[in-house]
Amino acid sequence: MNSFTTVTAVAVPLDRADVDTDQIIPKQFLKRIERTGFGEFLFFDWRKEPGFILEEPHYAGAGILVAQRNFGCGSSREHAPWALEDYGFRAVIAPSFADIFRTNCTKIGLLPVQLTQEQVSDLMRQLAEIPGAPVTVSLEEQVVTAPNGARYPFEIAADVRERLLNGWDDISLTLAHEDAITAYESDRERDGPTTAPFLTADQV
Amino acid sequence: MGTTLFKKIWDAHEVRPADASGPALLYIDLHLVHEVTSPQAFEGLRLAGRRVRRPDRTMATVDHNVPTLGRENIADPLSKQQIETLEANCAEFGVPLFSIRSNRQGIVHVIGPELGLTQPGMTVVCGDSHTSTHGAFGALAFGIGTSEVEHVLATQTLPQAGPKTMRVSIEGTPGRGVTAKDLILGTIGQLGVSGATGYVVEYAGSAIRDLTMEGRMTVCNMSIEWGARAGMIAPDDTTFAFVEGRQAAPADFAAAVERWRALPSDPDATFDREETVDAAALVPQVTWGTHPGQVAPITGRVPTPEDFSDPVDAEGTRRALAYMGLKGGEALEDIAIDTVFLGSCTNGRLADLRAAATVIRGHKVADGIRAMVVPGSMQVKAAAEKEGLDEVFRQAGFEWRDAGCSMCLGMNPDILDPGERCASTSNRNFEGRQGAGGRTHLVSPEMAAAAAITGHLVDVRSLDVELQEA
Ligand code: SF4
Repeated sequence: MNSFTTVTAVAVPLDRADVDTDQIIPKQFLKRIERTGFGEFLFFDWRKEPGFILEEPHYAGAGILVAQRNFGCGSSREHAPWALEDYGFRAVIAPSFADIFRTNCTKIGLLPVQLTQEQVSDLMRQLAEIPGAPVTVSLEEQVVTAPNGARYPFEIAADVRERLLNGWDDISLTLAHEDAITAYESDRERDGPTTAPFLTADQV
Repeated sequence: MGTTLFKKIWDAHEVRPADASGPALLYIDLHLVHEVTSPQAFEGLRLAGRRVRRPDRTMATVDHNVPTLGRENIADPLSKQQIETLEANCAEFGVPLFSIRSNRQGIVHVIGPELGLTQPGMTVVCGDSHTSTHGAFGALAFGIGTSEVEHVLATQTLPQAGPKTMRVSIEGTPGRGVTAKDLILGTIGQLGVSGATGYVVEYAGSAIRDLTMEGRMTVCNMSIEWGARAGMIAPDDTTFAFVEGRQAAPADFAAAVERWRALPSDPDATFDREETVDAAALVPQVTWGTHPGQVAPITGRVPTPEDFSDPVDAEGTRRALAYMGLKGGEALEDIAIDTVFLGSCTNGRLADLRAAATVIRGHKVADGIRAMVVPGSMQVKAAAEKEGLDEVFRQAGFEWRDAGCSMCLGMNPDILDPGERCASTSNRNFEGRQGAGGRTHLVSPEMAAAAAITGHLVDVRSLDVELQEA
C-alpha cells in the first residue's frame, strides 16, 4: 500500500451529498478482475453531464476531492476507492463517510478526511472563488490547510494513521499474531457450521 | 449492567482485544464469497504465496453476473470471465462453490440461510454490503471490501474498531398490507439515509418479534441503506425453527439452541442510542428519489425542494427529482411505471414470491408493462414451482426467470433502459442502479404486484385483491 504523509494538490469541490459508490464507479466496470485501470471510468455517468466539475480544465491533475456528507454510501465495492486513486486522488474530504467506504480507502492508502460541515462549506466556498486552488492535507500534523491559509485539524484513529504513514500491509500485521489465531481456533472449536460437507458434493 | 446481543458475540470472537497497537482482532466464523469482489483478493493471495486459512469456513457462489435466461451460454465475455475466475480460484484454494451449474446456486445472502450456514451467535462477513441480512439470525454480519476479503481469506480474522450500538424498537401491529419492507423503509425515512452510520443496530419490539425469518431478513438486509455497520435481531423460537433441519444445521441441535438462548440482549443492557418506530402508524412505503431515505407513504405526494429546510437536502431533492423525471408535488399513486422487478436479496425468497402471487392470482399485468420474477436462489425457484407459483405469475403475464441478482443492479443482461421507470422489490434506487438512466421506485412485493396489475404506483390496500396475513 502507498504511504501517506503530506499532500498538496488541486482540490475539486463536488458539492453533492450522499454520493454512492454506484456513481463513483458504475456496475458495468466491476467485471474487471484486475485492481487497476478504473480511473477512466470514475463518475462515468456524471462526467457526461454538461459542466460536470471534474471535467473543467481548472481541475486537471486534481489530487484532493471535497464532497458533502455521507460520501461513499451504498455498495461495498472497493472499486470505488480504486477508481478515485487510479484517477489521481490521494485524499477525500467530507463532513461524513459511509463506514465500509472509509475502511476501504484506508486499506489502499487513500486518506478519508472528516471535517465539520462548516469547514467543508468554507472550503467549498473558497474553491468556488478560486477554481483550481491547492489544498494541503497533512496526515503527520492531522491538519488540512485551505487556500486562504485556514487550518482545520482532523481526527483519525491512531493505528490507522500509523499504518497509512508507513504504508503497512494489514495482513502482515495480523499474521504477526498467528499464534493467537491458532490458539483461538483450538480453544474454541466451536460453534457455527463448517462448509466442509459441501466441498465434495458441489465442487464444480 | 447487562450485555447486548452485539457485545456477547463480539466478546466471544476476540482473538486479541484492542490495545495501543491497534483495534480488536475478530475471528470470522463464516466467510461468503461471490464473483465480483473476490478476484483481486485471490490474486493478492497468489502474489504473496498465501493460502486460504479456513476453506471449511468459506463458501462461494456466483450471483451478480449470472444471466437469468440461458445461463449455459453467457453472452458477455467479461461476465463469463468473472464467473470462470471464481471457479478457478475456488478449485485452486479448495473453497466450496455453488456455481452456475449447481441446483443450490443463488444470491449469496439467500443461500447462506437456506443451507443453514447462517446461525445465531456467529460472525459472518462477505465482500458485499447486504451481508447485514444474516444479522436476522442473531449473528454479527457485515459487508467488507476486497482488501478485507483477502485479509479474511488469509487469516480468518479481521481487525475491527468497536462500533457504537443503537436499538430501534419497532412496536405495534402493522396494518393490513404493511410488510417487513415497509417497516424498514419507514424506519429509514424516519431516521435518515445516514442515520445509522457508525452503529450496529439491533431491531427490537413487538413488530420485529412478530415477523417471520424472511421478514426479519428483509429488515436486516436494508440496514446498510441507512448506513448501519450491521443490523441484528435477537434469536428466538422463530429463528431456531427456521434453522432446524437445514443441511448445515448443528448435529446436536438441542445443545445449540441451549447456547443460542443466552444470546439476546439482557433486559438491563444499555445502548449508545435508542430509537422507536410506531409500526401501527405506517402505511405501504415507496421511494420517490435516488436514495432509500427519499421515501414516502404511498398515500402521499412527491415532495418539493422547498419542503426541506436543510440546504443540502433541498439540493439533493432538486437533483433527485430531475433524475427521476418528477416535478415534485404529484400524488405518488399517479406515477405510471414501465417495469416491475420482483427479486433480489431483499425480497427474492419464497415468502416474497408467495405474497406477490397472492395479489396477482387471477389478475393480469397491465398493458405495456414488462414484469419479471427472479427467484433469489435455484432452490427458491424449485420450491415455488412445486407449489405452482410460476404458473400464477406466467398466466398473469410475468416472465419467470432463473436465480441471480439480475435487475437489482444489472450486471447481467437484465437492465432498465434510460428513462424506464420500475417498481422494484430491491434495495437501492441510486441513479443508474438498475441501468443507466433507469428510474427505480422501491416497494414491497405486494406493492410491486399491485403496480404490475394497474400500471402505476398504487396503494395495494385499495385494490380488490387478496393479501396474505403477515
Ligand atoms: S441482489 Fe442486489 S443487493 Fe443483493 S447481493 Fe445481489 S446485487 Fe447486491
